[in-house]
Amino acid sequence: MTLFEPFQFEFFRNGFMVATLAGAICGLVGVYVVLRSMSYIGHGLSHSIFGGAAASAVLGVNFYLGAGMWGLLSAFMIGRVARRGKIGADAAIGVITTASFALGLALSNVFGQAKRSIEAVLFGSILGVTTLEVIAVACVGVLAVAIISAFYRKLLFATFDPEVADVTGVNVGRMEALLMLMLAVTILFTMKIVGVLLISALLVTPAVIARMLTNSFARMLVIAPLVGAACGAVGMVISYHADISSGASIILLAAFVFIVVYTVTGARGRGNAGGMIH
Amino acid sequence: MTSLIELDGISHSYGGPTVLEHVHLTIDEGSFLGVIGPSGSGKTTLLRMVLGNLRPTEGVVRRRADLRIAYVPQVETVNWNFPITVSEVVLMAAAAKWYRPRATASERKRVAELLEQLGLGGFEHRHIRELSGGQQQRVFLARALHRDPELLVLDEPTSGVDVRTRHEVVHLLTDLHRNGTSVVLSTHDINGLAAHLPLIACVNRELIAVGTPAEVLTSSVLERTYGAPMEVLKHGGMLFVTDSPMGIE
Repeated sequence: MTLFEPFQFEFFRNGFMVATLAGAICGLVGVYVVLRSMSYIGHGLSHSIFGGAAASAVLGVNFYLGAGMWGLLSAFMIGRVARRGKIGADAAIGVITTASFALGLALSNVFGQAKRSIEAVLFGSILGVTTLEVIAVACVGVLAVAIISAFYRKLLFATFDPEVADVTGVNVGRMEALLMLMLAVTILFTMKIVGVLLISALLVTPAVIARMLTNSFARMLVIAPLVGAACGAVGMVISYHADISSGASIILLAAFVFIVVYTVTGARGRGNAGGMIH
Repeated sequence: MTSLIELDGISHSYGGPTVLEHVHLTIDEGSFLGVIGPSGSGKTTLLRMVLGNLRPTEGVVRRRADLRIAYVPQVETVNWNFPITVSEVVLMAAAAKWYRPRATASERKRVAELLEQLGLGGFEHRHIRELSGGQQQRVFLARALHRDPELLVLDEPTSGVDVRTRHEVVHLLTDLHRNGTSVVLSTHDINGLAAHLPLIACVNRELIAVGTPAEVLTSSVLERTYGAPMEVLKHGGMLFVTDSPMGIE
């Protein structure tokens, strides 16, 4: 068995391209996720979208449409509950997204979704990735790069110093909504390959690795997608040869890179990452 | 004298008890106003009303049309681990207008001039954590000045800084005021900062008094503001506020 053997299969080529793109997109969006301490939102949204995915399957609605609407509705509800003030955003995410996740599991049980299908959604699968899905993920990547380029300074200001950004004329609420939308769309289009339970790790790990390697925000936006893409690509090959789920191999590889960078950069890297590593 | 901002009977509550009640305050062109009061007295809420990023639950805030306001937050609230350089911080000031990620040559020139003016020439590519307390404060002042503000608002500009940095900040603000910028700041530092300003507002949920240091730095006004007996001493023409020994059992 050679290293390149899996590339003779179309399903693997598609999966490989989606995993590489997913790693790059998650790395890019992940920079904002970790710097805004939104990791828990990413984790929660992916769980919530699982509920939407299950409901879409039961109702026979298109996966992306149903799960996407469900994810946006969850994000809206989290915002509303958190704004009431009595419940913190973390608690609101905990209640709403886990309820959505539980609903997805219940629907899958009642309507007889195969166990294997649930496992594929939870832990990721390279099977069944179509060429159309590769194109869709590529479009999400182009969209993310376009949004970040066009709103680079506003997003940076709103991320670093939202109160002053607001006074200076940046519509902070709109920038936050844009980030939430990018996050939801990224999760929606990449969760099939990485899995619901592991997507948040792909959002966080490449960005934290990049943070340990640089003190520049602009460079972080380059390093994180490169690390994510490399983990996605190499992780897919490992997944095939080791016969383990794609999500698990990608995340394990990212964790390994994290440990290497953490060790090599020493105190400087840990100092850079600051509050991101506890 | 032209009025820049007028707070007309404003009250505010964050959903619980009222933090600011029936405040009437006018900020005129050329003002140099220090807002003092104990923790939780409503100083920051008052500043946020001035800035316009908080609406009063009662009353009206009148702001001169097209007024250019810039804000310098407390350095203690800044995330020093954020991956950002000095020039990137200053360039944020033009964020609302620009859609291109990279700074133009003219923008870079303006940033270099501002940093030079504030004694930070050559620090453009340094990470903000690598600077001293005074230099960090000046970086955020440079970002505010990039907007060429008519009104500069500062939240606790001398909080957590050493004596030398405090002197630097006071001198910088005095120079800016002399050059025509109106300044409003909140501070806990009565002796090191507020006593040197031409106008002081004492706040504790309501506006207790507004006037010159000689008018408001009196035992009775300070006791009403801080809820504890305080003494005011005069030395070399300057006023010094101390906790009253009578207040310590």
